[in-house]
Amino acid sequence: MIKIQKEDFDISNELNAINILSDDIGSIVSFIGKVRPDDNLISMTLECYKTMAVKEIEKIINEARHRWDLITTTVVHRYGKLYPGDNIVLIITASKHRIHSIEANQFIIDYLKTEVPIWKNEEYSNHKEWVNEKKSDIISKKKW
Amino acid sequence: MKLKYFAWIKEIVGKDEEDMDIPTDIKTLSDLINWLILKDDSFNKVFKNRKLVKAAVDLELQDYSYNIENAKEIAFFPPVTGG
Repeated sequence: MIKIQKEDFDISNELNAINILSDDIGSIVSFIGKVRPDDNLISMTLECYKTMAVKEIEKIINEARHRWDLITTTVVHRYGKLYPGDNIVLIITASKHRIHSIEANQFIIDYLKTEVPIWKNEEYSNHKEWVNEKKSDIISKKKW
Repeated sequence: MKLKYFAWIKEIVGKDEEDMDIPTDIKTLSDLINWLILKDDSFNKVFKNRKLVKAAVDLELQDYSYNIENAKEIAFFPPVTGG
């Protein structure tokens, strides 16, 4: 399941939805990305090319399903104005054996950060700036 | 053809999207970019360093040599920073 939304997500609801899907689940891995409370950061606005973002996340999930034995996946990504401590992204992977859900979860976030058309604009007390792509994110993706 | 702009590109162009009649001699993304620069000086700033601008044609990322004659929607945006 893929959701691109303004509103916050509830991890309990998302986990419950996965738990009732299958009796074969032996491992569930969840990752939440949050707005880091860096010095002087007031807010972070996320902009999104929604139709393309959904398509790109679908591609990433399909690739993850090809590489690992997954029972189901959930990706929820927020957009709009967020504040330090707010949730940005939720990735849940479920599998029969843990290695599949653990590795697939990391694969999905590493690819999402470099492939999905979403941009962050940080607001500080005296200026706003668009976040640049990070070399470390590109390196993280390449390891797969 | 619909053109869409995101992040700092949207700010420079001053709009998030527009419908545009493209001359028939424009075949590739590169042709389109050159035409936009001649048409509106703000695109000169956008495409000053073309490595910083990615282009998606009908929701698929493409090189600047890609043929756009049948394209419905073209988006220009910087490298992504979500997650």
